[in-house]
Amino acid sequence: MSEDEQGGLVSGAPTVAERLALAQRAGGVLGSLLTAAVAFFVGGLVVLASGANPLSTYRAIFDGSGLNWLFPWVTGDDRSFAAANLQQTLLLTTSLLLCGLAVAFAFRSGLFNIGGQGQYLVGSIIALWVGASFETMDGPLHIVLAIAAAALAGALYAGVAGLLKATVGAHEVITTIMLNWVAVWVGSWLFGHGGALQSHANGGSIPVSDPVSPHAHLPVFWGSPVLQGLDVGLFVALAGLLVYAVVLNRTTLGFEVRAVGFNPEAARYAGMSVARTYVITMAIAGTFAGLAGAVDVLGWEFQLGVNDVQTSQIGFIAIAVAVLGRNRALGVLASALLFGALLTGTSTRNLDPTVFRADLAANLTLIIQGLVVLFVGADVLVLWLWNRRRRLRAAVT
Amino acid sequence: MTTWAQGLDGSLWARARDPRTSGVAGLVLGVVACLLALPPIGERSILGPILVGVAASMLGLWTATRGRRRLGWGAVAAGLIGLALGVLATRSSTSNLNIVFTASLIASMFVFSTPLVFGAIGGMFSERSGVVNIGLEGMMLMGAFWGVYGADRGGSWVVGLLVAMLAGGLLALVHAFFAIHLRADQIVGGTAVNFLALGITGYFFFQLYHGEDVPAGVSTIPNLKIPGLDHVHFLGAAFGNLSLMVWLSFALVIVSYLVLFKTAIGLRIRACGEHPRAADTVGINVYAIRYASVVVSGILAALGGAYLSIGFGGGAFTDNMTAGRGFIALAAMIFGNWRPFGAFGAALLFGFSTALAYRLPAYSGSAATLFQALPYVLTLIAVAGVIGRTVPPAADGKPYKKQ
Repeated sequence: MSEDEQGGLVSGAPTVAERLALAQRAGGVLGSLLTAAVAFFVGGLVVLASGANPLSTYRAIFDGSGLNWLFPWVTGDDRSFAAANLQQTLLLTTSLLLCGLAVAFAFRSGLFNIGGQGQYLVGSIIALWVGASFETMDGPLHIVLAIAAAALAGALYAGVAGLLKATVGAHEVITTIMLNWVAVWVGSWLFGHGGALQSHANGGSIPVSDPVSPHAHLPVFWGSPVLQGLDVGLFVALAGLLVYAVVLNRTTLGFEVRAVGFNPEAARYAGMSVARTYVITMAIAGTFAGLAGAVDVLGWEFQLGVNDVQTSQIGFIAIAVAVLGRNRALGVLASALLFGALLTGTSTRNLDPTVFRADLAANLTLIIQGLVVLFVGADVLVLWLWNRRRRLRAAVT
Repeated sequence: MTTWAQGLDGSLWARARDPRTSGVAGLVLGVVACLLALPPIGERSILGPILVGVAASMLGLWTATRGRRRLGWGAVAAGLIGLALGVLATRSSTSNLNIVFTASLIASMFVFSTPLVFGAIGGMFSERSGVVNIGLEGMMLMGAFWGVYGADRGGSWVVGLLVAMLAGGLLALVHAFFAIHLRADQIVGGTAVNFLALGITGYFFFQLYHGEDVPAGVSTIPNLKIPGLDHVHFLGAAFGNLSLMVWLSFALVIVSYLVLFKTAIGLRIRACGEHPRAADTVGINVYAIRYASVVVSGILAALGGAYLSIGFGGGAFTDNMTAGRGFIALAAMIFGNWRPFGAFGAALLFGFSTALAYRLPAYSGSAATLFQALPYVLTLIAVAGVIGRTVPPAADGKPYKKQ
């Protein structure tokens, strides 16, 4: 809908603005880079306003994220610190990537899945429950079972929103927001005092779950398994990314998803079942988010408490990941890495406190995130400014 | 105004015979059936709830046969649920009942519902004009923080409220600019506004107050003591000492009903939300109306947020203080079908369930936690069309482009 209007904004022969719009639509890379640049620029102004140097702050965040590991001249102790930081960044990238795919996949069929957080929580709760039970089960089988159960749970949970959209036309934004909070409170109940999954250790005084049994942990392939090294969940996420790209671009289902997203009426006229597509799309989106919950729980969290359930933000950040990545596979990968690095780099543990206060930096991340979403949502902004400039110029001459 | 009053007077008997009246009466009786066993009435025999519940169901059945099927079946359900809850309550121990169901439960219901009322009414103005506002949460959060800041630096809660309104209005203006002029996706914009508010309030909270409590003794919104009501049984404890903001929220509901449905401005707002092209054709400035409505929604949401911090919060602020209340306000607006009294009723229901959740530990702590999910489940049921049908304004969320 917005694309028609963009086209309609400029009439007549192809102007620079029209070509710019075309470039945005074709690749989206330019728009995304511009958006990120503007957001970081405004973020820099905020840093400047609180009396710190924006350049050295961003440099410290970059170092804190461990991305300096990529530079061959970083050696010795610095290098091992950087490696540990980069492992943290990639752990976050893993779940951001999967949740980002959950939001992006739904976007492609025109559905706004704000429920990534709820689907992620349901996935992690189920993965934890399976992982902490069945003590005698064989290791790899246990892991596969936990992951599959979490993915299924995520799919079913998101499917509720898809089903309501398909049958009674309930807006998916409303239903997924409600489902998010239902998941938060059910999770708080499960792990809270007297909850069904609360640990009985310590006389049941701490509101946390039992830990995942050690043989159901995902193997760590980089770094120390004790100090939250990087686990194979990253490959699960990359496989998810591949599935995302193949399903969307190379299958009938993907064609239907995109067709419905482009114009549901035309898709219906062409004989596609829009209702069925909505349900399947949401279920697939929920699968991605459920997987994210599973790899987090089995990869490094191992235990969930009421606090984890209530403060987790992965599914919300994933909205920024998806929109900045323009819902395309490589775009989502790049922006998941960007936000993973930003979150790790601004954490209290990783940011050099002599350069910038970490408590401020964590909120700086939120501001940048908000600006990114705000600007990405408005690709007309560029055109609007362009038209305004042209009108101004016309007025002057 | 006089004609309206006369019309009301003339149709009084017609209204009484309207099946709608019997349906509403059935719903009310259903609630009464469950309240009978609770203090201050404290009926201990199961006969009372059963009689009233059955009466409510009969009224509902009668309504259902007279054409108003949804309302009728709703009243039947209310009667049966009220009957069940009422009977359950007579089986519960009196001491537990006296802990949970006191007059102060009513007072705390208003405490919890007031921020929701402000948020929901605010959201209603925005959405009635055709702009979806899921940024309510962020606008409330801005109100909560800048309210405290204003009250702290300005020395008075009045300054706090003004600063809160300014902050909420400004954030709403950002949302309005992207939604109206740039025709960005309004849901994406609302999400962005929520992130921004979380970041901005958190940033300044740590910058100005180091993330710790705001200095004690910040001026807070006063309570209104109703003279003479103190000694009245039940009513005194329930209404005698409520915050000024609670009374303002009652006034807001009535005023917004009058503005929206009885004035030309309200007609214009609704026209922009239902059919902006038609509104534009008859000379209504759609952009101006939408800008004004979104900014008003930000101001109202911020007032609700300010009540959290310098109202019953006692002048304290914590990071992400609203904690989802903006979304419950959104839910209340939808549950109330984009109408002032509907939204008010939903906010009261959600406020009551929160107030109850705080007292339920008398029975079971873990059940009280689970109880917090109730507003969201109810809203899911409402949008699924089980209880009535929720109908958003026709052009809600659709950007309008002048021709």
